[in-house]
Amino acid sequence: MDKKTRKVLVDPLHINNPVTLQVLGICSALAVTTKLETAVVMSAALTFVLVGSNTVISALRNLIPGSVRIIVQLAVIASLVIVADQVLKAFVYDVSKQLSVFVGLIITNCIVMGRAEAFAMANPVGKSALDGLGNALGYSLLLLVVGFCRELFGSGKILGHTVFETVNNGGWYQPNGLLVLSPGAFFLIGLIIWIQRTISPSMQEKE
Amino acid sequence: MEFSNKYIVGFALVVCLVCSLVVSLFAVGLGERQDANKRLDLQTNILAVAGLIEEGQHPSPAEVAKMFESISADLYDRRTGERVGPAPAGYDVAALMADAKTPGKGTPTSAVDGLEDPSRVGFLPDRLLVFHVTVPGKEGWVLPIWGNGLWSTLKGFLALEENLQRIRGITFYEHGETPGLGGEVDNPRWKAQWRGKRIFDDAGALRIEVTKAGKAADPDFQVDGISGATITSRSVNNFVRLWLGEAGYGAFLRANTGRA
Repeated sequence: MDKKTRKVLVDPLHINNPVTLQVLGICSALAVTTKLETAVVMSAALTFVLVGSNTVISALRNLIPGSVRIIVQLAVIASLVIVADQVLKAFVYDVSKQLSVFVGLIITNCIVMGRAEAFAMANPVGKSALDGLGNALGYSLLLLVVGFCRELFGSGKILGHTVFETVNNGGWYQPNGLLVLSPGAFFLIGLIIWIQRTISPSMQEKE
Repeated sequence: MEFSNKYIVGFALVVCLVCSLVVSLFAVGLGERQDANKRLDLQTNILAVAGLIEEGQHPSPAEVAKMFESISADLYDRRTGERVGPAPAGYDVAALMADAKTPGKGTPTSAVDGLEDPSRVGFLPDRLLVFHVTVPGKEGWVLPIWGNGLWSTLKGFLALEENLQRIRGITFYEHGETPGLGGEVDNPRWKAQWRGKRIFDDAGALRIEVTKAGKAADPDFQVDGISGATITSRSVNNFVRLWLGEAGYGAFLRANTGRA
């Protein structure tokens, strides 16, 4: 893998993370990260949609008339999202119940539209798929970190298994109620952005 | 690149066709599986609330079907409490809730004299769907209940002992309350509080209630609310009392008490 290709895949994980640098996809990052399990399934769904949409749109990029390109992108993305939703409902019903509307809302996730419009429309299929994968992984990484922290400190569990016995269940751990609410995720994401920018000053805006 | 209008319209049509084809293939192909999942989830909830399986246990579809052989689903007239007959095959809570909203098959709560409906149950079915469990040693009843909480409609089941005087359990199979706060209606420890609570006092007055968190004083009738979820707790209190009251299962409970 040459340097440029690696950049397409690896950059979105940290230096150009769609959530923490571009601050896209925040809505779902807040909503589905109260538990790690939902974060994992949401990440998988978004990865599928993003790689799929980037691939399809890139393959069609020379055929799509510029005047209707956004609606064509939306049609492709929406179809993929419905497919993902249907598959989740059929195979992991419990989790899809918890994700409820948020799988459907991938359609409006700015990361997906953003990559389709900014990258897939101008790059060959392989590279676009890789770009989709990289961005999806960047999103997933953040979701998993946030989901992990929120489930552990918010309810003392990891993937539903008790790690800290909470006071409610007769244990010692007083769960942090803030973390199970959406503002808790905001604080966490803010902290992560702060840490990232401290590690990599190139992420900071110039004065 | 310049495209002709003809091309653009044609392209849009083809994209639409292909997309709808893919989506409908998946929807139709997986539909049966999804319906089965939904049914299984509902039935598992009924079994759990009736105490036939442990909370969080996921028996196979075959096991569920076997256990359901000793559960009968019947329709009862809401006003008189008389049994109308067995529920038609495939009649489920979704159909019940749809019927409640159908004029002629249901009644808006606002049309019931003197009934307050603070948790916006909205509509009451005229024919109640009641599950009767006849497993030896676990005889009892399961009643569908629903009402609005803070964010969402909570849909669940209330299980009663065979004598219809005490609660065996409560469960919600669908709700969108805040995880960790109102969502704690799913917490097995909270649900366990309901077990054995009396519904009516000796004079026949409806006494079961959800109090504020930590304020339950009477172990016979009171369930502690969920701390941090005042609105959800109050709402559960409201609609459980509405359903067990005269407008809901009241007549059914009276007509069938002690029938064992």
